[in-house]
Amino acid sequence: MNMNGGQALMKALENEGVDILFGLPGGAILPVYDPLIDSSIRHVLVRHEQGAGHMAEGYAHATGRPGVAMVTSGPAATNIVTPLCDAYMDSIPMVVVTGQVPYAAIGTDAFQECDTTGITMSVTKHNYLVTEAADIPQVIHDAFYIATTGRPGPVLVDIPKDIVDPNNPRSAMEWYTPDSHDLPGYLPNQAGDAELIRQAAKLICEAERPVLYTGGGILKSRGAEALLELAEMTGIHVVTTLMNRGGFPDDHPLCLGMPGMHGNYTAVTAMQEADLLIALGARFDDRVTGKVGEFAPLAKIVHVDIDSAELGKVRRPDVAIQGDCRVVIEELVKALKEMGGSEAQPDRNQWRSRISGWQERFPLTYEQSKGDELLKPQYVLEQLRDSTPSDTIVASGVGQHQMWTSQYWKFNHPYTWVNSGGLGTMGFAIPAAIGAKAGRPDRMVWAVDGDGCFQMTAQELVTAATEGFPIKVALINNAYLGMVRQWQEMFYEERYSEVYLTRDVPDYKMWAEALGCVGLRVESPEEVGPAIAQANEIDDQPVVVEFRCEAEENVFPMVPAGMSNSDVVVDPSQRDQPR
Amino acid sequence: MSAADGGGTTTLVVRVENKAGVLARVAGLFARRGFNIESLAVAPTDDERFSRLTIVVGVDAAPMEQVVKQLDKLVNVVDIRELNPAASVERELMMVTVRADPEIRGQILDLVRIFQATVLNVGYDEIMVSLTGSPSRVDDFEGLLRPYGIVDVQRTGKVALPKLVKAAPDPLAP
Repeated sequence: MNMNGGQALMKALENEGVDILFGLPGGAILPVYDPLIDSSIRHVLVRHEQGAGHMAEGYAHATGRPGVAMVTSGPAATNIVTPLCDAYMDSIPMVVVTGQVPYAAIGTDAFQECDTTGITMSVTKHNYLVTEAADIPQVIHDAFYIATTGRPGPVLVDIPKDIVDPNNPRSAMEWYTPDSHDLPGYLPNQAGDAELIRQAAKLICEAERPVLYTGGGILKSRGAEALLELAEMTGIHVVTTLMNRGGFPDDHPLCLGMPGMHGNYTAVTAMQEADLLIALGARFDDRVTGKVGEFAPLAKIVHVDIDSAELGKVRRPDVAIQGDCRVVIEELVKALKEMGGSEAQPDRNQWRSRISGWQERFPLTYEQSKGDELLKPQYVLEQLRDSTPSDTIVASGVGQHQMWTSQYWKFNHPYTWVNSGGLGTMGFAIPAAIGAKAGRPDRMVWAVDGDGCFQMTAQELVTAATEGFPIKVALINNAYLGMVRQWQEMFYEERYSEVYLTRDVPDYKMWAEALGCVGLRVESPEEVGPAIAQANEIDDQPVVVEFRCEAEENVFPMVPAGMSNSDVVVDPSQRDQPR
Repeated sequence: MSAADGGGTTTLVVRVENKAGVLARVAGLFARRGFNIESLAVAPTDDERFSRLTIVVGVDAAPMEQVVKQLDKLVNVVDIRELNPAASVERELMMVTVRADPEIRGQILDLVRIFQATVLNVGYDEIMVSLTGSPSRVDDFEGLLRPYGIVDVQRTGKVALPKLVKAAPDPLAP
């Protein structure tokens, strides 16, 4: 079938199962926006290209399918660099199509030209500059394959204008449906080594104080069920890193919740005291380990990861298994069953009682606001958690509100937590929530955002309003760049430098309304529940609820940067407790 | 200590797809992961789909295991061999132009003979020679020429292949 490159691009995207595309047109990508009209793919017109990227990420987080964004060349391409890097750090499958100046003009500093593949080389799993229209079907097929297999990640496809422009003879091509990949350097391996899996099983059967340290690889591999079986069969407690919140139910008695810099005391301490860490799809990030040399000093390490470069990158494992988390866990469960299953697990009652002792002495805690104090963000999050369906998808920005959300929410379903972990991208919440809602229109989607974050990407609420994505935003307004303020309070002798954002400017309620949303403002604890109930009722418009919160509230527990996890600082009210 | 001494370095032979931008991907990876390239030689292979990079890496710069694993993640990198200098044959080509007034040209030609180097070009007061040899031999030659005044020198960086098996398999072995 004869067609032009632009038609081929649309057809190739359709063939990959793309149902929604987040984008914004411009000069170089313009010819592709014409065949888009005739395509089955829905396009969501964003207000800033960064929004398109984060929406694609949110879509991928919530559905497991690759998110797709399409933008033009030059400034549009540079605007989407942040989402690419975010997706790269958090292993999010995403395909970004960028327009490029005509092939013959590349390298001439043409209007809206930039070296997109050069700029994005270090923040993508792979990228392509397509030079011939005839390459489009194969490159798109390869791009989706690379983005979604092995360790997932973003792939960028840069397409010069002339090969998609029907008025240019270089765009003429014959359609073909690619059915294979010629990628001799890319051979992702799923299965783990059977002997190593047996060794891991043996270590598990010998361990007195084991902990399952589970990361984003659980969710990426669709491995939550396998993890549940492993944990229940062995009775081993599970910590869920920021990237695996929801990968193991918070309500489960074996769940210890989030470890790390703002993890709860029990999750942090159980890892410190463990004699075996079974790291599944986790990468020993500095926010989890604290001072690496003093992290889990007594523990042997079993490390399972699809990316062999993670094995031994930070901590030398005793057993290193390269493979897909779900596949390896299933094999591990089999190996453990052959060794006697739960019968073969040693008596760990003493360990269990130590864990429950920590849980009793050091629960998450805060003091409810008194008198005319403003709201406590933790209270807002508890109320929000308790008055939304348990499968609500929660997206967050980056900072204190993100940590409180991870701490206080009960994630009992996989793929309900959408956040920026590795890159820590402020402004992630609103576009990511829109992407999640686009992927899961059946679910309630709340974005929990800070006032600093909100001001970075609020314009995408216009996209939500006009494109029909009735997300809800819980805006934790504490008038500060709160996490930075907390660090200045704790580590810079309360010398506050450029962290005050003001309380009343902008007027968030009016701004929300101007953006096409319902705007609500809450200032006292008794208003919190009713406002949430009102927001939950609205399903034809986005809602922003501004919660006016105390500025001085800090996130605890906290392991100060560079310190050992054994030096975790608990809430002031718990500091007299014996450790 | 320089790469040519073979000390503190490892040689990686990296087969890559012969596609635009692959060298930039490899070089960029070294830069952003903080690995140091001592020398780099690039050439096509007998199979036109692939090129071979011979990269000499300072081993103190980063754990070699991470270098190899991160390189291997590049989609265009097909395979990587790590060559231990003791188990490989290494060669490097140097072209050098040296000051050679007619009265001292003879001394330089003595060195050329001793090292079995080749005279490539002669000027009225300069001489251009080339030497192919192990990197340390090339270093020695360059060192001996230096007092005469090196005008220009170009070295290719090392290329290497693993040493071959010496003992033939026992035909009577089961």
